[in-house]
Parts: sequence; C-alpha cells; structure tokens
Amino acid sequence: MKDSDSADSPLRRQVFKALTFVPLSAIGLAACSNEETAGPTRPGVPPKEYQPAFFNATEWKFLHAACDRLIPQDDIGPGALQAGVPEFIDRHMQTPYASGDIWYMQGPFIEAAPQFGYQGRLAVKDILRAGIGAMDAHCRRNYGGKAFAELEAVQQDPLLKAAEAGQLALEEISAKEFFSQLLAETRMGYFCDPKYGGNKDMLAWKMIGFPGARADYADWVEVRAQPYPLPPVDLAGKRG
Amino acid sequence: MAIVKPRVDAVIVGMGWTGAIMAKELTDAGLRVVALERGPDRDTPTDFSYPKVADEIQGSVHREFLQSLSKETVTARHSLNATAVPYRQIGSFKPGTGVGGAGTHWSGCHFRVLPEDLALHSNMRQRYGMKFIPDGMTIADFPVSYDELEPHFDHFEQVCGTSGKAGVINGARIPGGNPFEGSRTREFPLGPTRNYLGAEMFHRAAREMGYHSYPIPASNASAAYTNPYGCQMGPCNFCGFCSDYGCFNYSKASPNVSILPVLRLRKEFELRANAQVLRVNLDRARTRATGVTYLDAQGREVEQPADLVLLCAFSLYNVHLMLLSGIGKPYDPIANTGTVGRNYSYQNLNRVTLFFDESVQANGFIGIGGGGATFDDLNGKQLDNAKAGFVGGGVIWARQPGAGPVRGITTAPGVPNWGSAWKQGVKEAFRHSFYFEVQGSCMSYRTNYLDLDPTYRDAFGRPLLRMTFDWNANEIRGSKFLVGKALELSKTLNPKALSGDAKKDGEHYNLTRYQSTHTCGGAVMGADPKTSALNRYLQSWDIPNVFVPGANAFPQNNGYNPTGMVGALSYWAAKAIREQYLKSPGALVHA
Repeated sequence: MKDSDSADSPLRRQVFKALTFVPLSAIGLAACSNEETAGPTRPGVPPKEYQPAFFNATEWKFLHAACDRLIPQDDIGPGALQAGVPEFIDRHMQTPYASGDIWYMQGPFIEAAPQFGYQGRLAVKDILRAGIGAMDAHCRRNYGGKAFAELEAVQQDPLLKAAEAGQLALEEISAKEFFSQLLAETRMGYFCDPKYGGNKDMLAWKMIGFPGARADYADWVEVRAQPYPLPPVDLAGKRG
Repeated sequence: MAIVKPRVDAVIVGMGWTGAIMAKELTDAGLRVVALERGPDRDTPTDFSYPKVADEIQGSVHREFLQSLSKETVTARHSLNATAVPYRQIGSFKPGTGVGGAGTHWSGCHFRVLPEDLALHSNMRQRYGMKFIPDGMTIADFPVSYDELEPHFDHFEQVCGTSGKAGVINGARIPGGNPFEGSRTREFPLGPTRNYLGAEMFHRAAREMGYHSYPIPASNASAAYTNPYGCQMGPCNFCGFCSDYGCFNYSKASPNVSILPVLRLRKEFELRANAQVLRVNLDRARTRATGVTYLDAQGREVEQPADLVLLCAFSLYNVHLMLLSGIGKPYDPIANTGTVGRNYSYQNLNRVTLFFDESVQANGFIGIGGGGATFDDLNGKQLDNAKAGFVGGGVIWARQPGAGPVRGITTAPGVPNWGSAWKQGVKEAFRHSFYFEVQGSCMSYRTNYLDLDPTYRDAFGRPLLRMTFDWNANEIRGSKFLVGKALELSKTLNPKALSGDAKKDGEHYNLTRYQSTHTCGGAVMGADPKTSALNRYLQSWDIPNVFVPGANAFPQNNGYNPTGMVGALSYWAAKAIREQYLKSPGALVHA
C-alpha cells in the first residue's frame, strides 16, 4: 500500500494547493524571463534593451535619430530616447489603431484640400514605414550614400523642417503627412502612460507637472497661491 | 431571408439621450419598446471605471468611446460642384456609438434656449427688416415657443442634476444668474460648480467690461443628487477626463447614469446592442412605416416590425436613415425643392488662449466638462446685429474640461512644434495657461445641406451621407466680431502672451480641427411641410408614425450647446405622442 501515490495523499494535495495559488501572471513572467536578462530589479545588471518587432534594423536607427531631434535631451527635461519613445512607437504600430481600424479606409482615394484631412490609402504604420524608407533614400541620394541616422544633427534638422513644411519631395509618400504622423507618434510616446512603453518613469509628466492618472482634484480647484504639490501616478498605481 | 421578430409598439433606433428619453416616456405610457443600438452596451462599472478610463491614449487617440469611422462616416465638400471626399479620421465633430451615445462622452454644458432665438427669423425681420437677411440664408422660426418648452427644459435639468444659478424665476431677476434668460419656474437642481482659476478670471474680466457673467449650466453634479427617477449622482471631483471620456464618478449626467438604471429593469423594454439598423421599412403605399431592418451582432438580417418608429440616432445618421428609407422628399438645392437634408448647420467656434508666468497656477489638468463662466451680452436680443454686422449671436466662455499632454498642449505664439524650444514652450504653458472660447451661432443656407453620396459606400453597402458645407461671410463676420471681443476681454487680465484664431475672409471649413459635435439640421422642424421635414412635434410630415428627435430638427443653430434643447424637444415630442398620437394615430398637424 503506497498512500503517498494516491490522489488524496497529503503531499499531493500540498503540491496542488501551492500550484493553484501561484498567480498566472507570475508563471507567465517566469516563463518569459531567464537568469541573464532578469530585468531592472537586479542591481548592477542593466535592463534588457527593447527589441523592435515592427521596425527593421535600418528603420529602428532612423526612428532613434529622428526622435532624438524632435525631442532632444537637454536642461529642460528628458529626451525622447530617454523616455522610451521608439519602444512606444514600435509597440503602437502593432495595434489595430495603426492599421487604420478607426479610419474610413475605402476608396476611391482622391486628392483633396488639406481641410479634408489625410485622404491617402495608407494606415499610420504604413505611412511611417514608407516615410522612413523614402527619407533614407532621399538622404542616400543627396548625402553621399548616408542614411538619415548617419547625418549630423545640423544636417538632420533642416531635413525635418523641410518635411514639416511640405518642401521635401519624397517618392511614395507626402513628406508633410509622414512628418505629421511621426511627430504625433513621438509626442504620444513622450507623454503616454508608461504602460504603453514610453514616458519611462513618468519623466515627461514630471517635466511639465502633469499628475497623470490621479484624476481627483476636488481639494485643489480653488487653490491659487501654491503649485499643485503631488507627483504623478500612472495607471498601474506607481508614483512618480 | 430575414429573421422576423414579433411586432412591438415602438422601435427606437439609437440609445443615446433621445432614445433613452423616448424609451422612458413610452414605457411609462405602457408601450412595449425595443431599442436597437449599433454599438456595444456600455455602463459605468464595465466601461468607465477608474483608473482604466483615465487613459489618454485609449480615450483621445484610439477614441474608444467615439464612433469608429471604419464602417460608417460621411463625405464632405465645400460647394455644390465639388467632389466630396470621406471624413476619414475624426476631427471636426465626434459622433458617439454604443449605449449612451454621444451622451457618454459629452462635456455637460446644459443650456436652454433664449426665447428670441426660437423666433430668430421674425426677430431679425422685425428689428432690421428683410433686407438684413442675406440672399441664400434660409433661417426659420422654430414652430414652438419657449413657454411651451419650459416644463420640458425644467424636467430634463431635473433628470440631469444640472448645476447652475437661475437668473430669472417667474419673471423676477435673481442675482448671480443670467439676467437675459427665459423665465424659469424654479432654481436649478444643484448650485453652480466651483470656479477653477480660468473661470474666476473670466468673471473678473467680464465685470470689468460690464458684461453680466454667470456660471455655465453644467450637468456635472456640484453635490450628491438623486434625480426624479431615483437615479443617483456623486459630486464631480474635477478629474479632468470629461470630454471624450465616460465619467467614472457618476457625476456627469448621461443616459447610462440618469435614465438607463430604471429602463433596464422594465419588462416592457428590451435593449439590443450591436444592432445596426439599415433602413426603415415602409408599406407599399409609402404612407406608413412598418418597422426597421437591422443586422444583429452575428451579422444576420433581422426585421423588427413596429407600430411606431423613433429615429434617435446621432443627428447626421437620422438624416441618413430618412434618405435611405425614402421618408420625405430629399432636398434639392438647385430646384429648391424637398426637405430632407435641408438647412444643415453647425457651430461657429473659435478659441483664444491666455499664457501667464509661473506664478499663475491655472492647472488645466483640473477639469470639469460643463462648468465654467459665460455671458449673454452679445447673444440673442442683447446684440445689436446691425452694428455687429451679422445675423445671430454667440457666447464667450471660460471652460476647462481637462487638459492632458497627449490631448495636446497649446503653446504661446512663436513656439515651434518640436525641439528644445518646443519643450520649453510646453513646460511653460501646461500649468500656466487657460483659454476662453467664443461659441457663435451658425445660420442655415440654401447651399449647406445633406444628401447621399454618389460614390462612397459604408460597410453595409449603403451610400454614405454627403455633407455640403462651408463658412459664409455672415459667420466669418460673426467670428471676427466675437473673437475681437474675447481678445479685448482677455487683455484686461494682462497675460504675457495671447493667441486667437478668428476666421479669416474666405476661410474654408476645416474638417481636421475639432469645432464641436454640434452638427444641426438636415431634418428640421417647421410650420410648413414645403420647407421642413418634421412638424412641431418632430413627426415626419410624410410618414406620420415616424418621429425624429435630435439636433437634426434645428432650422439653424444658436450660440448655445444643443443638448439641453435636444432633451427638451424629446420630452415635448414624447408628450405629444402620449397625449395625442396614441389616442388617434396619424398626423398631429394638418398643414
């Protein structure tokens, strides 16, 4: 007679009980991480660098270079790279939004005055991909084979300004539309809730004094003399 | 083969404010009612709970609570001979979808109407003569008076727990309220909401200019409240996620908070969400509606027979359904015949932003959708139109529905859109600026109208609604006049910088910039069936068992937000159905 093998043995019951009470999320986390890349909780080990899933290596370099010019790190506050903007954009490009799920996407696609909004056939993710390719191609043609990311800041800024003003003729895509979407995504990634991958440690919120998801100001509506005193809080409940 | 459901007394298309009001009133009268809502079911604990609703990416980028344009939208053009293109991304206006409709993500500004604005055409003609009304302007009097609507304005405020200060009660002036308003029978259900800095400064500047400022009537509760239906609201905590968002705090009145808790318990009421109505069915003689056909959640075509059809969709889609179903004669702007699509109008909205130094704690992230300060000195009969140079009027106000950096930070003039100077600009502006807006009236014109697009179709194969609309010289003059006054007002506060954007001569309507969701007209109420689609009870002149409550009924739009008027008109129409139509179904007005 082997009591310990029976389904009702105290040992088995203990093992099952232990397994039952392990939260599923913890199992998931354990399965996804390994000893070498255990993340920022281990002192002395740098956090694992985000690996893009949407952008390829060339596009990823462009994105870093462009975001760094659009929101540079300086005395005023953190830059786009420090805030994790490229990670936000890479993740955001994988959402239904970036595939055009809330846009009317049926043709015919007719050119219209700018007051009617973007009338092209591309969704946000396609606008960024096509725009990055076209900008890099433009740079290679005009700057001795160099991609945008390989140029100096003094060369990059005028290119971005020309794109913004619609004064850059690109193949495949309107430079102005591309720039407008790139800037919008960059700002979103800078100021979003950290759960989306950008605004790391709520750095951008702290710079401007946005309390994030606090959403309760009944006691501060009529206070005039002092600045709002509380730091931001994010959707996960973390305090900045 | 369509599935055919058992006949009901009334079918309601759309479960926003008008649908919820109609469902309540008709089930009160003992009718069996089915409501069909194209979007999902929504409620506070399931969809608007804290903290998940306090998410700008979800609410203002992915626009979780607005209509997705992927299936249905409109096309737009500026003039009769142009080719319209689709409204592909949300910009100028934000229709809702799902249970509660735009009534979940509205701000809460809850005005009545100035009595003289209901008789705008007569008022202008009497004061300035017919010649003052420009050629091609097709304004008309509402076929209903303020006194007739007063009980319904009052009741809707009671339902919404509207916070405000009466200015006139039973003809007597009350200090602190709007001295120019139509007389009320009693005070607001709740006192005014508290003033954030921008509202306080607005009152100060208005007093200095001699204007009679008052608190904006706001359906954002200033205290705990139980409405006449027994539905409860909690005091607004100024969370700053109001316009675009559902309220997690049960503070902003909505169909979901203020009416549906009662309706959902009623046996006579059935709500079917994810039910996309395709058309209203008519009998062979095309004199009566027999019900509606819709796609259910599984995509099956279902016919719902009903004795009474209430079109309670967003104003534009009410007009769309009428045109698709052959209810009334489509408007033709060249022949100047037909009524459905006629007199489409909008709102003449512009903003001025005041920037201060770091000692001024404006805290734009503190927000309440409807609460603020305004005045009517340049609205209704107070305005000398001949001197101001335009037909209509408008209000100037301080409002602060809540700012967040993803929603965008307005920077001072001269600040670039990126780089270090932009960072400096947003850092300086975010906590230390506020804005005033002018909300001007928008007249109706022979060439601003709605019809069916010849090219573009929705996901269900139907032609899209086509909007032909542009600014006319009258509205450009109105914008310049009102923005000029707003700038004058702002300067008394000595901001370190000031930006204003009055419309310029020849400026075209821009669909990419948000300018309110106050799309009005297209199926207007009137005294003459030749120029109106609906009679004074919002009943179709052509198909008398179809009623069409909504802002589509406005012959033109005044300077106020439409929701208070839309609610009052819905109760007014419901009363006519209950007290007249049900006793003797048929046309309530004989032209």
